Amino acid sequence: MNEISILRSLLTIVGVSVAIGLNAVFVVWLERKVAGHMQYRLGPTEVGPVGLLQTVADGLKLVSKQIIFPAAADKPIFILAPIICLVPVFVAILPVPFSETLQGHELDIGLLLVIALGLLNTLGILMAGWGSDNKYALLGASRAIAQICAYKIPLLLCILPVIMLSGSFSLREIVDAQDPVWYAVYQPVAFFIYMIAITMETNRSPFDFAEAESELVAGFHTEYSGMAFSLFFLAEYTYMFLASAIAAILFLGGWHGPFLPGVVWMLLKIYFFLFMMMWFRWTFPRTRVDQMLNFGWKLLLPVSLLNFLVTAGVMAIL
Amino acid sequence: MNTYSKEIAFYSKKITNGIKSLLIGMKVTMTNMLTKSTTVQWPREAAPIPERFRGHIILKKDEETQLSKCIACGSCVRACPSNCIEVKGAKPEGAKKKAPNLFMLNFTKCSLCALCVESCPVDALTFSRNYALAGPSAEPFAAINLLAGLTSPFTEESNEL
Repeated sequence: MNEISILRSLLTIVGVSVAIGLNAVFVVWLERKVAGHMQYRLGPTEVGPVGLLQTVADGLKLVSKQIIFPAAADKPIFILAPIICLVPVFVAILPVPFSETLQGHELDIGLLLVIALGLLNTLGILMAGWGSDNKYALLGASRAIAQICAYKIPLLLCILPVIMLSGSFSLREIVDAQDPVWYAVYQPVAFFIYMIAITMETNRSPFDFAEAESELVAGFHTEYSGMAFSLFFLAEYTYMFLASAIAAILFLGGWHGPFLPGVVWMLLKIYFFLFMMMWFRWTFPRTRVDQMLNFGWKLLLPVSLLNFLVTAGVMAIL
Repeated sequence: MNTYSKEIAFYSKKITNGIKSLLIGMKVTMTNMLTKSTTVQWPREAAPIPERFRGHIILKKDEETQLSKCIACGSCVRACPSNCIEVKGAKPEGAKKKAPNLFMLNFTKCSLCALCVESCPVDALTFSRNYALAGPSAEPFAAINLLAGLTSPFTEESNEL
């Protein structure tokens, strides 16, 4: 390893950490603003200009709070869970190209890496639920496991047609392959199902069973306080960011766009998806667990499988 | 074969209806978001007070003389069902009518019934529009001096009872 690549790695780590922090601060603020205005309220207004520093204030409060361990908790698992939730994102964000030049590390199997590391979030939730020794936390965690089976297969079946069309697992090549026409045009069904699946993947309403505050107190993070609690939230918002970035790359042509520089287009597309997820959250009530499982297994799976087979058939004929 | 096509028709109708209802819901929240919010940023903004709002009673100020119209007749004291008004009056030097030199309201007993306002023969009483009346103790509200802020027709000596 030469000096330049070490410097590059360091810069990447610093850049990713800063980006994750800034994104969380902005997205939490945006979420509260959107939630407020959708209910005829204003949302945060007091801390900083238009309340932009509200999240910083909340974060400081959370950092200063004590982390309480339940008496019967499995301590190592309990404290590892939020870390397991957050840390994989640092790696998973590396192969994501934000513009022609802005990318952590180009990988041939970038998409595969992102998908694989995205699964670790659920492991963190399971550890949190099991380690807290709390019935609500465990119920939330078991729901998260049931949910991952319901959404992950349709999600992958929606990514497959994109991989077939572009002929590559590299995120950069997938973006380059949709230079004139976005894959959202070729693959509207896959795009639609992918949107639903990432809402499930990031534990967002109407599929937020793992938290389900009206049924399970706070679900898997019931027993968490202080910084451990805020790490879960940081992880959730970072996964939303990552899933939106992948959605923008797979279906909306990544950084391609007229007039504005690539990074701006990429961020606009990412925050479009994030806004859609907020819009979903403040519009749709939470579904029941059995409804979600039925929806995933009986509707999303067959439709995405059919979409995959039709794409394969059309590609074989042409 | 017939049952299959029926099932497919049933499910596709269910899916299209579902998507349609979801879109209607999303339209509702989007219209909400673009509508101006109803929040009033107290204390920088205040909600408009209705015309007939009743604060505690105050003495009207005559626009010409800057004095109270009150003639200290005691109608309001007699009309008050809760005994919360105390008025004392005297004739200022050279004046024909009496004027109040003491007008105290015990707002902790007042029920805002408006009998004093209606009974006043010279229409000297009205309701204040001040609703920000919170305080840590009841004492300041048990003796509100309604003459405070009004010009007194009395000279210093005659004001002493």
